[in-house]
Formats: sequence, structure tokens, C-alpha cells
Amino acid sequence: MSTKVLARLEQAFGASILETHDQFGDDTAVVDPSRWLEIARFLRDDEACSMDHFIDLTAVDYLGRAEPRFEVVLHVRSIEKLHRVRLKARIDVSASDDAADDANAETALARIDSLVSVWPGANWFERECFDMFGVAFSGHPDLRRILMYGEFVGHPLRKDYDASKTQPLVEYRAAANEKLPPFDQHEGMSFGRQTHAQRPAARNLLGFETPGLGED
Amino acid sequence: MSSSISAAATTTLVLEGSEQGFATTRFEDVLNWARKYSLFQYPFVTACCAMEFMALASPRFDMARFGAEAPRFSPRQSDLLWVVGTISQRQAPVLKTVYDQMADPKYVLAFGTCASSGGFYDNYTTLAGIDKIVPVDVYVPGCPPRPESVIDGLLMLQDKIARGDRTAGVVKPRFDPVQLRRKA
Repeated sequence: MSTKVLARLEQAFGASILETHDQFGDDTAVVDPSRWLEIARFLRDDEACSMDHFIDLTAVDYLGRAEPRFEVVLHVRSIEKLHRVRLKARIDVSASDDAADDANAETALARIDSLVSVWPGANWFERECFDMFGVAFSGHPDLRRILMYGEFVGHPLRKDYDASKTQPLVEYRAAANEKLPPFDQHEGMSFGRQTHAQRPAARNLLGFETPGLGED
Repeated sequence: MSSSISAAATTTLVLEGSEQGFATTRFEDVLNWARKYSLFQYPFVTACCAMEFMALASPRFDMARFGAEAPRFSPRQSDLLWVVGTISQRQAPVLKTVYDQMADPKYVLAFGTCASSGGFYDNYTTLAGIDKIVPVDVYVPGCPPRPESVIDGLLMLQDKIARGDRTAGVVKPRFDPVQLRRKA
């Protein structure tokens, strides 16, 4: 479909394009993370590429399956030329963030350049990626969490984050929830109101009979 | 008609056919009777259960029949907190604040499975049941619950108010599969 974009990239960046493939009309290039920003700017500004539409940016955690661990995935498209390309960069948690002790492994960040200066639409995507995966985007104007709260420790979509581990903001009540099935016989209102069954043949203040609704 | 005394409820005595015609009861009972038919509700609506809540409030199911008509969007003016939908950990402090701002006596109804127990969200971000942070009076299970079962829950709450019962209750399904199997 647009293998010419891949060819153009390889021509311009040579060895920095680590691998390319084309499947079902989707072109993918795996690039050197140190040239991430440069390649993105080329894709936007080059006449033949003209990638003016930022679609998506996210990350994948291949913990235990690949080295380096994270893959940052960028999708961009050209509205003018009607072609699109997928860019990937493989990065790892940077060793400089005194990650020597395991206590810091949860919060240690992986680093890559921010693309906000190229496509402003990347802003919130990079914040989400930072929030969920702990990928820090150098040069991002406002790199804060976007979905989780500030008190949250760690990055929940990392494969080593325990899926059921919660970090409550409000202290839980001491009382346990006893209302799990099976419920007691007297509970529920399947066939009418409880109190009528408990007081058959009741008379109300006006003096006429109230039929017992809960008999069956 | 001869003068007779019949016990309508355990605490209400009705004198019929007497010259004066009066009834005796307890002050608490009258107060609870007034409370149960004038529940001002605070809808804390966060998720898809809101669709059923809208149906419930609209004329087809007509929650207004039970005196629970007026929604108050200030917790300070409301008696009944409807928690309609999933509550995330991030929202939990807001819910707690809303509950704390309500004036006594206050009641909480957990509308739907997510509010009751977290539903199928068993993860880092969802509060597994609002009873972890606020006491719940009535649980209405269902994903989402039909308006009929929510009306069941409202009537159950009214009965609980009338009886002064603050233990939690669960609305049963209309057709309890276990009971049907037992009958067959």
C-alpha cells in the first residue's frame, strides 16, 4: 500500500531503521529509539511522507518475552496522501534511575523522546502511556498521570503489576460485607412486601381490610 | 358496629365505632411513616445503570408514586443516596464526602451489581462494592437491574424505615431459579 514510505525511511535513515515489514496493507518500521523524534519529524515534514495525522501512541510490555521490555507504538497517517505507517521503538527501564535495588523497580521509568513538538495531539496519549506503563517522554510539556490519581504508586498495565492490587484512597470500613449469596430465607421481596406477610389481616387507619399480599 | 379494638400493627391501635374515633400509635411510628413516603433522593449516577434509573424516574415506571419523587442535587437536602453504577477508586473520596454531607437519617441504595460488589471489575481501579466505604441499606443486584426490581428495593427500604430496621437487605430476583427448581 504505502511501502514507499518504508523505502523512503530506509533511504533517509539507513541503519537506524532496524527492521520493516508489511502485512495486510499495514506498514511497520522498528526504529532506533535514540532517533525517535528525528524520524517522526521527518515523517511529518517530508514531501513524500507528509504524515499530518497523529492517530495513536501506546506501549506494549513484553516482560519475560523480549528484550528490551517495552515497545512504544506510534500510528500516523497522511490525510493528503492517504497512507499510514506504524512506528515501533523498543526501550527498557533506564539503568541510571538507581534501579539497583528492587524496591525501585516498580517506579523505575523507561525513557524516550516526546513527540508533542511534532504532533500536539500526542500530548494526552503520552500522558496515558506514562501513567499505565511508566514510559517517561523527555521534552513533554506536562508529564502527569491522566487516568490514575496522584497517590497511585507504580504503573498498572505493566505485566509485573498485580492485577488485583488496589490502592484505596479512602480507608475501608471495618465491617465485612455479609451480603453474599445464598441469602437467608426471609430476605428479598420476590412476591410482595414483607410486612404484609408478617401482619395478616391488618386494618389501616381508615378501617378497611388490607389484603395480605405476601401470602404465596 | 360494635366497638372493637384491632391491632393493625404491633404498635398501632385503632378504635372503631367509638364515639370519638381516634387512633393511638407511637411518635416514632408516625415519624417513620412520614419519612418513608418523602424520600428525597440524591442520584450519584456514574455508569450504564443510569439508563434504568432514567426509565425508573420517567412516567412508565414512575418512582414518584412512592414519594421518592424529588431529586435533590445537594446532599444536604437529601435522605436517600442512590449509587447507580461503578465506583472507581478515584471516585471513592467523592462518594464518601457526599455521604458525609447528608443529614441524618440517611439511607443508601446500591443500584446494580457494580455498586453492590464491584461486579465483574476485579482490578486495580474499581471499588469492589460501595459498602467498603459507606453503609448500605438495600442492595439491588442486576446488570443493570430492571426497574421493577429497583421498585422492589425502594419498597423494601420503605418497609425497613417503617420498622426501624437498619440491617442491609438484598432484593431477590422476581423469579428465583432455585425456588422454581424446588417446586418442580
